[in-house]
Amino acid sequence: MIAASLMRRRSRILVALLAIVVGATVLSGLVTIYVDVPRQMGAEFRNYGANMIFLPAGGDQPYTTQTVSEALAMIGEERLVGAAPYRYEIMQIHEQPIETAGTDMAGAMRTSPYWYVNGSWPDESGEMLAGREIAELLALSVGDTVTMVYKSEEDTADARGVVESPEMEMTVTGIMESGGSEEGYVYISMEDMVALCGQEGRLDVTELSVSGERDALIRLSEEIAAAQPGIAPRLVKRVTESEATVLTKLQALVLLVTSVVLILTMICVATTMTAVVTERRREIGLRKALGASDKGVAAEFMGEGFILGAAGGLIGVVLGFLFAQAVSMQVFSASITFQLWLVPLTVFASVLVTGLASFWPVKSASKVDAALVLKGE
Amino acid sequence: MSLLELKNVSKIYGTLRALDHVNMRVEAGEWVSIMGPSGSGKSTMMNIIGCLDKASEGEVLLDGTLICAETADRLTEIRRDKIGLIFQQFHLIQYLTAVENVMVAQYYHSMPDEKEALEALARVGLKDRAHHLPSQMSGGEQQRVCVARALINYPKILLADEPTGNLDEANERIVVELFKKLHEEGTTLIIVTHDPEVAEVAQRTVVLRDGRLVKETVNENFTGVMKHRKVE
Repeated sequence: MIAASLMRRRSRILVALLAIVVGATVLSGLVTIYVDVPRQMGAEFRNYGANMIFLPAGGDQPYTTQTVSEALAMIGEERLVGAAPYRYEIMQIHEQPIETAGTDMAGAMRTSPYWYVNGSWPDESGEMLAGREIAELLALSVGDTVTMVYKSEEDTADARGVVESPEMEMTVTGIMESGGSEEGYVYISMEDMVALCGQEGRLDVTELSVSGERDALIRLSEEIAAAQPGIAPRLVKRVTESEATVLTKLQALVLLVTSVVLILTMICVATTMTAVVTERRREIGLRKALGASDKGVAAEFMGEGFILGAAGGLIGVVLGFLFAQAVSMQVFSASITFQLWLVPLTVFASVLVTGLASFWPVKSASKVDAALVLKGE
Repeated sequence: MSLLELKNVSKIYGTLRALDHVNMRVEAGEWVSIMGPSGSGKSTMMNIIGCLDKASEGEVLLDGTLICAETADRLTEIRRDKIGLIFQQFHLIQYLTAVENVMVAQYYHSMPDEKEALEALARVGLKDRAHHLPSQMSGGEQQRVCVARALINYPKILLADEPTGNLDEANERIVVELFKKLHEEGTTLIIVTHDPEVAEVAQRTVVLRDGRLVKETVNENFTGVMKHRKVE
């Protein structure tokens, strides 16, 4: 009987349900975006380069590929977007001293995604990436082969008086442009650097791209410094501070929009529920004449409101996720994570708003004088 | 002891006396009509007897209970248990079928029982229309659903306020026939009407004017059958 009567009143029920669903959708969608913004923006910020660097702490403490690997393990794969260790040496190309960096090319690609490489990144031994300034200085083009020589003070002359320095034939696979000082270097693999210069495991600096908010990164760097005394982790402040500022402002904006929309939605739901209850005043009067108590009538109508609120909340969670997903795809070109805790939150908020919206009209309607209402007054 | 007794009952709204020292008794199984022009106090009296309103002065005894001293919640209980109400405007819930409308009264009284509700509709000749909505029924049929709803909880008194006021002559006759049948079965009927031809079918007629009971006539030739109206 109840189901059939609800079906017969479906147009009225749908109007009320629609108002609640719209409210729940907006709430759930905007809260999802609010929660996911730091993650999405964090990923976005990672395109602007490393936000943490490992420097040697100095003293007798070791700063090697081994200690850096251990520190990277502390960060974990989930948070570590990329890490590029660098070792700098002066090499000679065409008899000219050139600042050369040995690195992990895959790591450099991830920590410096803004580098524009004309050609391709080196992926084998004997290949190198030339910064634009160096390429212009030495008139290098993609595909050129040069001899890279490492001269050190330890080099000694042989019996004929000839000084034998390590050298290697290198092919230019790409010319790199960044608009910064990085263009004044040549980049080779760490293996080639060791082959030329020896001293396996030696590093000068490591650049890292780590996802996370500023405070979390500060805590992380403190933990690493404590565990690895040879490493001095530093945050790249211009990146982390900018991230924090933009995130705070963006979250505040989303929160403000969410609050305003939520208040407007509450007014909308309240108006709809008031209209629904008011148009049933005569029915309430009749039910009272038939023996319903004030509390009984109020409980019936509030119960109906709560059921509508819960149903609207559940539908709103699903639609809200789809809404947030669409926004995320449009703005960040990335999918959003479904927040399971939003289900009870949205349902509770919907039931609460519907309950509050229904309370006063139901309370007022339950006090109606049945005799007057039935007389049509 | 009378089933219903009004002793010096007055209802005062500000300076207006809607009922003015009314005395009346109704015995169990009796059929009484209350007549009077508009504003004479008929509906006020109905509301007081039906526990929808309280008297300002005087005493109202219903089935031995002094209802003028009861709280609003207690009046609701008394109305639920002892009174069956029929309205001029029918007041059926439009989105419920005939049988569901009857079951609503059961719901507030005890427990909805569809079989019993169908039997009540059969008593008023609407067994075949049980699953129709009010909008699919004629005025007479809707009023008969109201009668079934009023009877479903076996009330002590059936109170009808202008029950034929919105009906054509054919349906008016059907409803009055129904009242006669109920009276024969022992139901106590109090019918408020301003239609003399409906009023004179009852055993006794009381006339109200300006809140006072001005006339009381007993139908010596009571048959419970409505006379044919003169066609002008």
